[in-house]
Amino acid sequence: MTKNALEITNILEIKNIKRHYPVSSGILSLSKATVKAVNDISLEVRNGETLGLVGESGCGKSTLARLLTGLESPDAGSIFFKDKEFKNWDSAKIGTMMQMVFQDPYSSLNPRQKVGNIISEGMRIHKFGSRKEISARVEELLVQVGLRPEHAKRYPHEFSGGQRQRIAIARAIAMNPDLIVCDEPVSALDVSVQAQVLNLLKKIQKEFKLSYVFISHDLSVVSHISDRVAVMYLGKLMEIAPTETLYHNPLHPYTQVLLEAVPIADPTIKTVEASISGDMPSPISPPSGCPFHPRCLKAMDICKETPPVRKEVEPDHYVFCHLY
Amino acid sequence: MRNKKPLTPPTRFQRYGLLILGLTLVGTISIAAIFAPLLTPYDPFALNVDNLLQAPSSTHLFGTDALGRDVFSRILYGGRVSLWVGFVAVGISTAIGLVLGLTAGYFGGLVDEIIMRGVDVMLCFPSFFLILAVIAFLEPGLMNIMIVIGFTSWMGVARLVRAETLSLRKRDFVQASKLAGAGPIRIMATHILPNAITPVLVSATLGVAGAILVESSLSFLGLGVQPPDPSWGNLLMDGKEVLEIAPWLSVFPGMAILLTVLGYNLLGEALRDILDPRLKQ
Repeated sequence: MTKNALEITNILEIKNIKRHYPVSSGILSLSKATVKAVNDISLEVRNGETLGLVGESGCGKSTLARLLTGLESPDAGSIFFKDKEFKNWDSAKIGTMMQMVFQDPYSSLNPRQKVGNIISEGMRIHKFGSRKEISARVEELLVQVGLRPEHAKRYPHEFSGGQRQRIAIARAIAMNPDLIVCDEPVSALDVSVQAQVLNLLKKIQKEFKLSYVFISHDLSVVSHISDRVAVMYLGKLMEIAPTETLYHNPLHPYTQVLLEAVPIADPTIKTVEASISGDMPSPISPPSGCPFHPRCLKAMDICKETPPVRKEVEPDHYVFCHLY
Repeated sequence: MRNKKPLTPPTRFQRYGLLILGLTLVGTISIAAIFAPLLTPYDPFALNVDNLLQAPSSTHLFGTDALGRDVFSRILYGGRVSLWVGFVAVGISTAIGLVLGLTAGYFGGLVDEIIMRGVDVMLCFPSFFLILAVIAFLEPGLMNIMIVIGFTSWMGVARLVRAETLSLRKRDFVQASKLAGAGPIRIMATHILPNAITPVLVSATLGVAGAILVESSLSFLGLGVQPPDPSWGNLLMDGKEVLEIAPWLSVFPGMAILLTVLGYNLLGEALRDILDPRLKQ
């Protein structure tokens, strides 16, 4: 897929980013336990691509999304947007570069605001135009996401989950961002509606030349929309590769079991016994070395001690594993 | 489990009966007070030495007092004062409670800690004695009563609003609004306040009843509205000296207070039931 690293421009780059939440346990809260939600992650989002981000619940995907959009600040590490470092930025400015589509369309729209006002809030704050121009733009946006102009005057409760997610998408593109972080945008929707929303996201990506970070725990959804996929486990990256490569040649043992666990809708195929046991360890005290080693079938002694580093096993296919 | 009655949604009467009763009481009394000049047959301040302590009759509906003034007229005019005090005091306390509750809940941390400890301190004082002390220090009068009642009854609203704000500020639509570039004041005004206003409305309605009671108590003690201005509290006080020979002087203002407070309480509770989404069918 990629031959020359110089051709690629990264729209977003994060370096060694960390976000640890303090957990006060005990009456005197003397113990200084932390949840290592995002623990030393580096990755880049290329211009115009969709980067899928998969992992189990609790692996830090959503925290990473909030860090990317500046809704939370990292404890360590740096974020670069179009090669400019993202530090003490005016949070009002971030919105015109990055937007977010949230998981739950029932909680992401203010129930007391009309759809038109929800979509136009950012445009009004940033004074994109006169009141008339903005309301014309809102109607245009509604049509672009497959709704009708007159829907601007309605309240969110009058819409279904899929329609609400369309409204959320309209709100995101209203700001003319370069990147949209989609945090499980279809996981709360019916399967039939999921496909419609995914196709809408694809269509809009083309029209607006957008880059996406697409977070999901659903591997089939991610494969449908992503150009590259990054696999996360316990706040760390495990593997990152172009979608095709990752699905046909998963290298990391965790990616392998993750892909095996995808159910196949064919009753004649006998499902293989899961080759993974146990639960994900608590992110409060993650295992030393490679976080996956207690559950890994191929674990070696070194895995318990040293965290694996990023290795490019084949072009553009990076793995964090001592096997390679 | 077997013998228990299944839970049923409230019937139409349970739901709206109290509301209608409350609205009727509050509405009648408010209209009577607002249109007092049109409804009263006599000047509430006019003395009439020929008609002292008259019992209720067709000429003086509620009788006359020790100075010959018409009690019916004085009750209607007193209602204006009592209701006005109730509304303004609740307006002040709700405004203070909203601002502090939003600030504490939205910013959290040290700001929250300081404001909520302030609430705790205010709640430590027996509020009526605090009001007495402050009024004794200032001078009794309409304005001072409203301000003092307002400044000593905002704590409940502040707690209520803070709790709502804490849960609302984590919601995705607030996050989306931050990404749209909205600042704290805009977020509080357009996203948090409209979603937190329902319980405040209920508490304000109940608060009007409370404020009217406090005003009446203060006026009864002579620390509230000063004679000759009538208020339900000082009408009661006028009546107490002649309670045995002219009970109507105390009974009618007492009834006015009772019915008004009852009306606001019924209205508040009915609103709480109707507006609570958990009780919706």
